[in-house]
Amino acid sequence: MKTADRAACADPILNEDWHVVADLASVPPGARFATKLLGVPLILDRAPDGTLAIHRRDDGATVVSRERYGFAWACLGEPRRDILDIPEALETDRHLVTGGSVGVAVSGLRTVENFLDMGHFPFVHTGWLGEEPHTEVEPYIVEITEADEVLATECRFFQPVASPNASGGIMVDYIYKVVRPYTVLLYKTNPLETDRKDVIVLFVQPVDEENCVAHPFLCYLRTGMEAATVRWFMQLIFGQDKPILENQYPKRLPLDPRAETPIRADASSVYYRRWLRDRNVTYGAIPARA
Amino acid sequence: MFDTSPHRWHPIAASSDLVSRHVFHGQLLGREFAVWRADDGFVNVWENRCLHRGVRLSIGINDGRELKCQYHGWRYANRTAGCTYIPAHPADAPARTITNRTFAAVERYGMVWSAEQPEGEVPAVAGMEEGGQLVLRPIPLNASADRVVEHLKSYAFAPSAALDAQPVEMAVEGGGAFSVALLARADGAATRAAFFVQPVDSGRSVIRGMLDALPDGADRVTVLRHHNQRLTELRERIEREAARLPAPEPMQPAIVPVSAELAEMPELTPSGRKAALRVQVARKWQAAEGIAALELRTVNGVLPTFQPGAHIDLHLPNGLVRQYSITNGPGETDRYVIGVKREAASGGGSACVHDTLRVGDVLAISEPRNNFPLRRDAVRTLFIAGGIGITPLLSMALALDHSALSYRLHYFAQAESQMAFADRLAELKGNLVPHLGLSPEATQEKLRETLSGYVPGMHVYLCGPGPMLEAARAIARDCGWPESAVHFEYFKNTHEIDDSSSFEVALARSCVTLQVPAGRTILDVMREAGIDMPSSCEQGACGTCLATVIEGEPDHQDVYLNDAEKRSNTKIMTCVSRAKSARLVLDL
Repeated sequence: MKTADRAACADPILNEDWHVVADLASVPPGARFATKLLGVPLILDRAPDGTLAIHRRDDGATVVSRERYGFAWACLGEPRRDILDIPEALETDRHLVTGGSVGVAVSGLRTVENFLDMGHFPFVHTGWLGEEPHTEVEPYIVEITEADEVLATECRFFQPVASPNASGGIMVDYIYKVVRPYTVLLYKTNPLETDRKDVIVLFVQPVDEENCVAHPFLCYLRTGMEAATVRWFMQLIFGQDKPILENQYPKRLPLDPRAETPIRADASSVYYRRWLRDRNVTYGAIPARA
Repeated sequence: MFDTSPHRWHPIAASSDLVSRHVFHGQLLGREFAVWRADDGFVNVWENRCLHRGVRLSIGINDGRELKCQYHGWRYANRTAGCTYIPAHPADAPARTITNRTFAAVERYGMVWSAEQPEGEVPAVAGMEEGGQLVLRPIPLNASADRVVEHLKSYAFAPSAALDAQPVEMAVEGGGAFSVALLARADGAATRAAFFVQPVDSGRSVIRGMLDALPDGADRVTVLRHHNQRLTELRERIEREAARLPAPEPMQPAIVPVSAELAEMPELTPSGRKAALRVQVARKWQAAEGIAALELRTVNGVLPTFQPGAHIDLHLPNGLVRQYSITNGPGETDRYVIGVKREAASGGGSACVHDTLRVGDVLAISEPRNNFPLRRDAVRTLFIAGGIGITPLLSMALALDHSALSYRLHYFAQAESQMAFADRLAELKGNLVPHLGLSPEATQEKLRETLSGYVPGMHVYLCGPGPMLEAARAIARDCGWPESAVHFEYFKNTHEIDDSSSFEVALARSCVTLQVPAGRTILDVMREAGIDMPSSCEQGACGTCLATVIEGEPDHQDVYLNDAEKRSNTKIMTCVSRAKSARLVLDL
């Protein structure tokens, strides 16, 4: 049997990639912060001048680290690719907000899957992102892109309060994109500038196989919007997801198609699970038996 | 380690844990249960996870008949644990096989007993009378069941009638791997206690105890407190001992995989019966004895226009599709009201409407179709309704009434209590003529009386049970009514369909020729070839899949066309009718 905090991560795709390990706003200069990544205990030190250093707590070894988008990043091995590039984060007319990091006692893969899911809006985000009787998930398109991402387009859902500055229910258009096993993006049409999109990135830190911290990063157009409001809305929504996620059993995401029952509304999660399986992601998952 | 046999009964809850509309979280040998009592008293013991995404059903909503998952609102039925509704796809019935795993549940001695694969009966306890025992507060502890049983053998307490007595003589009267029976005696009083240790997991247990007699009033509380105090001391002793040893690995109950067909995401069907509209049950009430009325309101947009006589297809949560006439009066366009009679020989459609549907449910329906149109140029119109056949005729009568056109509605029913939509009928005032409790012979006589005196320009509309319609049509013919003035709608086609012929169908406009083999319908074969034909009842009663015949002789098997139309060989119902000739040419 496999106990969550005991197993070391054996997936190169995760060990050799960057992961968010803290919101820098919560680790001010001079402070020290302990966390875990892929089961490995880490200690973050910020020098009085703000310089970041990360060490393993078990053997004291230095871990490569970076600062970007207001987060502290770590990679346990040699990074084989750079931190995710988010073009919208360079646009000067956007709020760039870290949404408040939330620990969730479930596999980070379950957290990503929940982020891709529209069917739960009327039941979990009642009165905000959905409302009975508007429960139908219309068909949408899912594909694996040339850049090896899971892309879901033409997602539409009726939302009573789709964004912090929305007034009245509207049909909302979404695009979802899973870019790395523990990173997912959402593009949402801006209600005022309809040719541009607000972007929510969810960086999920796999603390261990059955625990994660979700670090939302929000790139919202500034027009008619306060940064604090963006953050408040994200925390409201994520606070509604957390208790549901923590009641999923088993806590790890099963990749065997017969472990759970998909419906058409779950097309994005079906693709996501297959994509994880085909890329040999096992950490946080229950692998499909061959 | 103790015996982990799946065959052994264990208590998993106290009956009093199953409070009305509550879901209790139970656990046995590492396996979690959602335990809930329905309003009919049935105790459900289910695997504690929704089959969709694994969310615990113990955080779900017990509405008295069904358990609703918190995550996506999937609903599972009392007893069967079959999924009855998936809100993300209101037009699709859940596959019949989406059924949660259920476990045995027996209530005995104030406890709920279960087992994965029970063998034999729930253990009987000597000296315990069903209903007469005092159930003690359950004591959960962090220790393995075998350790707890060992310690329980030395549990000491006083008889209920002599709580302060000293000394007490204790005796172990019996027991097993998970139970201990004790007898306490002092001052001539004696109390029997039986304890069952529920193995929650390898290192966790619950002591569930009971005493052989139920003390009165205040004494009951004193007795409970006596045991609570002693059992708490026992718990602390056992847990201290258990904490010194390494914690055993938790048990890993196997989760049964879902069936292979459910593991694949179902595809959208490209053709077939369309259900483009989404409505919500805004009101459900009893329109008459045995007749449920539903008021359906739109979920998005506005409802399409209906005409008197129109029907909708209702896609029910159990997968059945049924046709119901709209009963609305003219201009009542914000809702559709339908009436559904509970059929004794229900194929599951009317039972589903009566028993499962409730206010708030979202349903898929087709656009209204009118295959029973009402002429408004008659010098006088007769409506003859039998039983639930009132529904299309009510809508028609309300329309004529509003336009002050001449009509009479003859309503044949068993009793006044079975006349549906009394409030709407009252609007018709003297134009409503009820005929109650008539025998078949008396009905025929009344029909003859009603249908006599035909004058050109009159029209009659019939809807009711098959035998009554047959009789009325024959009497109308006798009374000189031309077929073109007699309009009828059958509830269903009761004729046995003979589908043994095989023939060729040429579709003139589509330039396709298709072979219809025995056992398949023209409609099926056309759909398979990608020709999308509207249909509704698919049994030759509603008239939706009507096609024009250009050449060939149809073998009519429907109850929609009248005899003249059938003889003319110019129309065919593609869902049931076939060809007598080797080839049919249809204008499609």
